[in-house]
Amino acid sequence: MTQSFDEMNGTGGELRSAYKIVKDWLEGTPPDLMRQRAREAEMLFRRIGITFAVYGDNQAEERIIPFDIVPRILTGGEWRAMSAGLEQRVRALNLFLADIYGPGEILKAGVIPPALIYQNTYFRPEMVGIKVPHGIYTPVCGIDIVRVDADTFYVLEDNLRTPSGVSYMLENREVTMRLFPDLFSEHTIEPVEQYPNELLATLQSLAPASAPREPTVVLLSPGPFNSAFYEHSFLADRLGVELVEGRDLFVLDDKVYMRTTEGPHQVDVIYRRLDDDFLDPLAFRPDSVLGVPGLISAYRAGNVAVANAMGTGVADDKAVYTYVPEIIRFYLGEEPILHNVPTWRCREPDSLAYVLDHLPELVVKMVSGSGGYGMLVGPTATKAEIEDFRAKLKSNPDEFIAQPTLALSTCPTFVGEGVAPRHVDLRPFVLAGSNGIRTVPGGLTRVALKEGSLVVNSSQGGGTKDTWVLVS
Amino acid sequence: MLLSRVAADLYWLARYVERAENTARLLDVASRLSSLPTTYAGSTNEWESAMTATGGNFLFDQRYDEANRRNVIDFLAFSRENPSSIASCLATARHSARSVRTAITREMWEVINDAWLELKRHSVDAMTPRQLAEFLAFVKDACLRLDGFAYRTMLRTDAHAFYNLGTFIERGDATARILDVKYHVLLPEGDTVGGGLDYFQWTSILRAASALTAYQWVFRDALRSWRVAELLTLRKELPRSIVNCSENTLWFLDKLANDYGRQGPAQRSARAYHASLANSSVEAIYREGLHEFLQRVIRENNAVGDAIEAQYLR
Repeated sequence: MTQSFDEMNGTGGELRSAYKIVKDWLEGTPPDLMRQRAREAEMLFRRIGITFAVYGDNQAEERIIPFDIVPRILTGGEWRAMSAGLEQRVRALNLFLADIYGPGEILKAGVIPPALIYQNTYFRPEMVGIKVPHGIYTPVCGIDIVRVDADTFYVLEDNLRTPSGVSYMLENREVTMRLFPDLFSEHTIEPVEQYPNELLATLQSLAPASAPREPTVVLLSPGPFNSAFYEHSFLADRLGVELVEGRDLFVLDDKVYMRTTEGPHQVDVIYRRLDDDFLDPLAFRPDSVLGVPGLISAYRAGNVAVANAMGTGVADDKAVYTYVPEIIRFYLGEEPILHNVPTWRCREPDSLAYVLDHLPELVVKMVSGSGGYGMLVGPTATKAEIEDFRAKLKSNPDEFIAQPTLALSTCPTFVGEGVAPRHVDLRPFVLAGSNGIRTVPGGLTRVALKEGSLVVNSSQGGGTKDTWVLVS
Repeated sequence: MLLSRVAADLYWLARYVERAENTARLLDVASRLSSLPTTYAGSTNEWESAMTATGGNFLFDQRYDEANRRNVIDFLAFSRENPSSIASCLATARHSARSVRTAITREMWEVINDAWLELKRHSVDAMTPRQLAEFLAFVKDACLRLDGFAYRTMLRTDAHAFYNLGTFIERGDATARILDVKYHVLLPEGDTVGGGLDYFQWTSILRAASALTAYQWVFRDALRSWRVAELLTLRKELPRSIVNCSENTLWFLDKLANDYGRQGPAQRSARAYHASLANSSVEAIYREGLHEFLQRVIRENNAVGDAIEAQYLR
């Protein structure tokens, strides 16, 4: 693997100007004080109860995601290019969803193989022909971005279902401001605290025409046992909307109501943090007790908006991901501003041949896999593993894509002994309402705390950082 | 307007915290009495009567052979099989608090969450009398702080009313139970309490209701059994008296009816219950029989609770 780009020190050790003050601060702060601040930060998170549940682990039934106290910094210019790319991408993906659940022009034009859509696990036949409120399928998106050098940001993954992490973006900022007010005042940093307000405006903009002027918005959560429950309650609180569970809602005459101390109250917009499968036992999984029977029928009748819409998973799976550049060109007639990680589709014979020739240097992923399951990391795999995978690839090439092993950028990170570079990614959040598409400057930076590790997932020892976008 | 489930969680959050505090008081009293020479404390098993006061006999007998110190502390403080143990109460309360984070204040959440984190550091096997006292002080302190934060930080909306309804329904029930356990030592005549044994039994009741000094201030008199009963049932000055609880319950129900513009069965049953107490006298209670009176109070208080659930919480 080539040497990684460091966001503070570049590749050759030249200090990048955005990090000037932070570098001085890091060098001028004794490790003991850093350690103390790190402990204070952890205590703040634990007291506030910013925890996530780990399934099947009773002893530590709630953990906190490690927070790294060194902020990550993006310049205003970097952010402007990225956000333009994010908005473009989300605009195109919404047109794509409206198309595949409607006329299917992109399939007829031969841009994407129909089987990739219609045989996709996440394709929801129930959504075909439904008029989605204001044509917005994905009001809330989280797009995962990785950086490989000073100028190149790649989209790693689109999250168009129920992306989480935004509460960490907001709380990380709060904690950093509390711990390092001086450092903060020496920079001019774009705020992120308006996110809940923007989210509420986005959700309200989706309300059915029949809804009152101040529509009733609720956040639908699977409940306190869900790993992201903290985020659900945090957001409901900041939005000032009711945090509901499936049992709080019922459907009567194709309208959705919540049970309140003053009797039934009609609901106009549901921001759901519950997967498609569990939303409505009448439409999807009949054994789900988390959902609301009849919800889809009320949705179809146009009496309630659901964010995000059902069936958006078909646009964020790994196979469709490889087509997003074509999707952008097809619907917008524009060149993509943000690029995908170069990807070989093994379903195409030329690509397959290349991949088979270069297995030791590539990462090969199953189209339907997630969380690192069913994956080959060429550079670290044994000969036997590679040969094993070669056989799998040959027998079922459609199921795989391959990518080069990326040298993710690193950021200075406080680890036990001191400050050291660690690999990071970024999840900015994009909001799409009938009143436009917008982003909040920043996002959730995830950091792989283990030296050399590229795995940033919180379930595998990843942490988070506050992400600053400088105004300049 | 409040989600019914949220109102229910607030109501039960308050009930469970109140229950944890009452159980802590009962254990405190048992521990104090058991440390006295038998000439003062008598041969009654204080541990057993603490357990009986919580209404846990049936569950206890299924799990333990003997109502000794260790078993009762385990059952009332730590057992997760006993839904009313301090540990269960605090865990349930935290679960309720966590699922209604948006309806309580940050301060309230932090008290509950801290108590729950602290709880894990204690176990029955390490309970010397001193450690038990510290543990019980911690529990009472956490409950008081939650109450204090609810009073000082909650918006005076319906959420606050449901929280308080839980407190007062549970508190009225607890006071009636504490008194009922000792009803056999309450003499019907207006006698001064005689002898060391009686004296400590009486003060234990007052301590369990946090009313020992209050007695002196209200009556300025030596301990008399009927006055203890009067204090805990009919005196409005005492915050934990049954009539005080019924009055507060009615007050918060009336506030809800006013806010929502609608009266219902809960208001009617609370009004009748409170009127029967407010119009009663200690003589009438003795005519009815203290035990019979207390059993009726527990029943009617529960009926108000049921009516609240039916009207608002489902």
